[in-house]
Amino acid sequence: MSLTLIVLLPFIGAVLPAIMIRAGRNACATATGSVTLLALILLMAKAPAVIAGEVFQVSYTWLPELGLNVTFFLDALGLLFATLILGIGLLIIIYARFYLSKDDPMGRFYVFLLLFQGAMVGIVLSDNILLLLIFWELTSLSSFLLIGYWKHLPEGRQGARMALAVTGAGGLAMIAGMLILGDIVGSYDLTVILQNADLIQASPMYVPALILILLGCFTKSAQFPFHFWLPHAMAAPTPVSAYLHSATMVKAGIFLMARMWPVLSGTPEWFYIVATAGLVTMVLGAWIAIFKHDLKGLLAFSTVSHLGLVTMLLGFGTPMAAVAGVFHIINHATFKAALFMTAGIVDHETGTRDIRRFGGLLNLMPIAGTIGIITAASMAGVIPFNGFISKEMMLEEAWHTMWFDQNWVVPLLATVGALFSVAYSFRFIFHVWLGKPRDETLPHHPHDPPFGMWAPPALLTVLVVLIGLFPSAIAGPLVAATAGAVTGGELPEYHLSLWHGLTPALGMSAIALIGGALLLMRHGGLMSATANLSRPDAKAMFDCAIAKSVAVSRLVSDNLHNGSLQRYLAITIIGAIGIGLSGFYAQPDFQSGSRELLEVSPPAAIGWLLLVATCIASVFMHHNRLLTLLLVGVVGLIVSLGFIYLSAPDLALTQISVEVVTVILMLLALNILPKETPKESLAGRKMRDGIVSIAAGLGVGGAIWAIMTRDLPNSISSYHLANSKIEGGGTNVVNVILVDFRGFDTFGEIIVLGIAALSIFALIETVTQGEAAKRLANWVVSNRRSADRHPMMMVVATRVMLPLSLMVGVYIFLRGHNEPGGGFIAGLVVSVALIMQYMASGFGWAQNRMKVRYHGMIGLGVIAAAITGASAWVAGLPFLTSGFVHVHLPLIGEFELASAMGFDLGVFLTVVGAVMLALAKLSQVERMAEHAEINRDPMDYDPSVSAATPEKEA
Amino acid sequence: MEFLVASSIGLLTTCGTYLLLRGRTFPVVVGLALLSYAVNVFLFAMGRLTINMPPILREGVTEYTDPLPQALVLTAIVISFGMTALIVVLSIRAFLEIGNDHVDGRPVGAPSEAGDKN
Repeated sequence: MSLTLIVLLPFIGAVLPAIMIRAGRNACATATGSVTLLALILLMAKAPAVIAGEVFQVSYTWLPELGLNVTFFLDALGLLFATLILGIGLLIIIYARFYLSKDDPMGRFYVFLLLFQGAMVGIVLSDNILLLLIFWELTSLSSFLLIGYWKHLPEGRQGARMALAVTGAGGLAMIAGMLILGDIVGSYDLTVILQNADLIQASPMYVPALILILLGCFTKSAQFPFHFWLPHAMAAPTPVSAYLHSATMVKAGIFLMARMWPVLSGTPEWFYIVATAGLVTMVLGAWIAIFKHDLKGLLAFSTVSHLGLVTMLLGFGTPMAAVAGVFHIINHATFKAALFMTAGIVDHETGTRDIRRFGGLLNLMPIAGTIGIITAASMAGVIPFNGFISKEMMLEEAWHTMWFDQNWVVPLLATVGALFSVAYSFRFIFHVWLGKPRDETLPHHPHDPPFGMWAPPALLTVLVVLIGLFPSAIAGPLVAATAGAVTGGELPEYHLSLWHGLTPALGMSAIALIGGALLLMRHGGLMSATANLSRPDAKAMFDCAIAKSVAVSRLVSDNLHNGSLQRYLAITIIGAIGIGLSGFYAQPDFQSGSRELLEVSPPAAIGWLLLVATCIASVFMHHNRLLTLLLVGVVGLIVSLGFIYLSAPDLALTQISVEVVTVILMLLALNILPKETPKESLAGRKMRDGIVSIAAGLGVGGAIWAIMTRDLPNSISSYHLANSKIEGGGTNVVNVILVDFRGFDTFGEIIVLGIAALSIFALIETVTQGEAAKRLANWVVSNRRSADRHPMMMVVATRVMLPLSLMVGVYIFLRGHNEPGGGFIAGLVVSVALIMQYMASGFGWAQNRMKVRYHGMIGLGVIAAAITGASAWVAGLPFLTSGFVHVHLPLIGEFELASAMGFDLGVFLTVVGAVMLALAKLSQVERMAEHAEINRDPMDYDPSVSAATPEKEA
Repeated sequence: MEFLVASSIGLLTTCGTYLLLRGRTFPVVVGLALLSYAVNVFLFAMGRLTINMPPILREGVTEYTDPLPQALVLTAIVISFGMTALIVVLSIRAFLEIGNDHVDGRPVGAPSEAGDKN
């Protein structure tokens, strides 16, 4: 449990700094530090047991279908990294309190920092690789926020973007690699994967998985050729650089290589990719670092170089190299974090980071100077600091390593790398702290920083010295346990100490020290000699690559997404036809089935002929929009008749009432839209569309023909037929399915209908603003319209009809459970009755008498349906389980009262509300366009009134 | 009878698709309406065709048509009305906003496909 808490604490605690900043900067930093401290204490409580070899594990089920579970485990490797993350994190929090200026939003900084911390701890403690990937991406995102923290600086923003692009792309590759790995093993649990080295290395997918995972690791840990983002990320505030770019995030790639070491290493592919990349990175990073004038730039490239060193050691694939790698991870974290913090102090106190302007700073800031000199000496590998020991071990391993059967390549390059490393470390010492001041005009007069700023690096410096002097006492158990966790097996005999006797490594070390010192003496000459060498500028190349990929994606999207609905639909339809065709060619024996067919009756034949004629006419005459509309209405009628003929009375009733409403709706629309469609398609386009349409029609028709000529094998319909009366209490099976068996579908659908109506409302309500309002105000009213728009005959007739049609609606509703009818149909019938009133007597007159608000009706309907459904819970049954009772009333006799009736009432109300709202809103636009006043009288020409008072007519 | 239904569905699909591919809003709406008929009848026909066997339970009757596709199509009809209403209003709103009913992606005022004959 406390394992989960260690991961969650930083995430939960991330809200604290955002709140506490109101109480001041000290409160904010204290709150943040307490969160990290608490997590660190929880971790330390487990440390002795873990070093003794115990593994803690905790697991929660999350998405077992995907193999994704929240599982954490803590072994020595996880312990080492978690300690680095939380321990150095704590120091950074203290340091940042004093580093950040008053103008920097400190609360935000700590929020980002804690988010990052949680994500990092999540990576190192995850037992599930999918979970690990989630945390991995979270570190990319949170580090993006941290690097770009000074968002007013363009370098900060660009550096953050570059870091995100490179590490994010690597992360994507790693996702693929991890999925392959999980696929090979059949589990996404790390502990299971680590047991299956043979299975993985024997798989043909081993190399792809390896390359993809390494892409993720190399980008994150800034290995050549992806090293270029790290120096640009140095635009971040120094606490971020010290934390992310020395101790934690860039070590995530190293961590993963170490974690996966038991299953991925030991093959030639692993050796040549990882060791070579590490070796090249080590030498190249160190070489570039010598020439950097920016203090942080020098440290950045030195970090690249040291990460290369560890990568190379892991790449060697031997247990002893793994021990050296683990030890160097600890050492590098201690001296590099301290160095970054020192660089931050120098920047903070002098106002510049340009090495050329420094010199003799030790006299001005003795404490920071001492820290800087000791840690830089450790970085150079000077005896007796901790950097010396792990460097010796590295050189020792390099001495034994063959590269393509050559025994000199690795030792030579390792020595050269160490030599360069000495050169830039000495440069950091001699050009910054020692010697004479070179520039008297520094922006500030430097002096030692406040205690809170130098205490964190000082603590690390103490560690640097102590580990150097007593390596096995202080770091020995941790190194042994961690290396054991990395290799997953027995470790060879080794001894952590300063003195190993006169070994080849000592000789290489001596060469490096002397050579490095000599190189630094010639630094000036070297600078001018290499100044004119053209070297590739990674940022320019990166920017160019980004610009090119933007251009390519713009080309693709502009062509696909050009604003033409025709193009989108054509692509979709042709795609669908293509899929159908591919299925057809996969099994090209299209045959009719042998099901017995129905006879064609004369009425059916007439209906079919009518349908064919109207369909074809609607295409050829579609330029005349009114005519098309009528033709479509005829098609709808024939479809309704077809439903009656083919044993579907409910469908016929629904279709015919929908047809009425749809035609009215489209007529209203045509009043605004142009009455004709211009002939503008070219012959070629018509030909293309014709071919596509005929292909689509043949495909659909052929498919349904093949279906209808075969028997339906098994369906759940027999269940519905058998249980409709018993369980649902109704004999109209279609209605029982709608309100009972599949009531949840219906519930969703009335909600969709309601949303559609409300969207229409929203679209029309805002028509009174902007361009649309201007167009409506300047609308030219057509003079081709009836003088008597509300004829008396119609007004009177519809009023007589209203009670009748409402009664029909109620009747259809009530009988719906047993006979054709129900909420949907009743709703449509009632809507038609109401619409008739609007049409006959005019909108204003009818609306004044309609006291119901249609939005409310939609909402009420959905709520009624929901309450009916939820009432089943009271009886302890699932949502929408229907119950019914037999009721006996005098006069009417015995009948059933089903709870589904309440649900159907909800359907009814929603349908009426949605239909009426849509049409009422549409007619509002019409009135605005016609500049018509709201009619208070139902008839334009009322013969009874005008006879008595003729002046009213005027 | 099956052939009549299958050919009707095919024809409705063809006509609907052709109208969908026109460059103005109104034919697209009409095309969508035709396509909705085709889809609804297609779904309905999945339950196979029967005559005089409505799914209303009666004493002594044992043969009924398949009720399930009917229930699905019934809601589909109502939903397709909602959809038609929404795109009709969308096309009206678009017409009022930009002053034309093009959906072919040409900028306002640009010559149409057939030149400036209209």
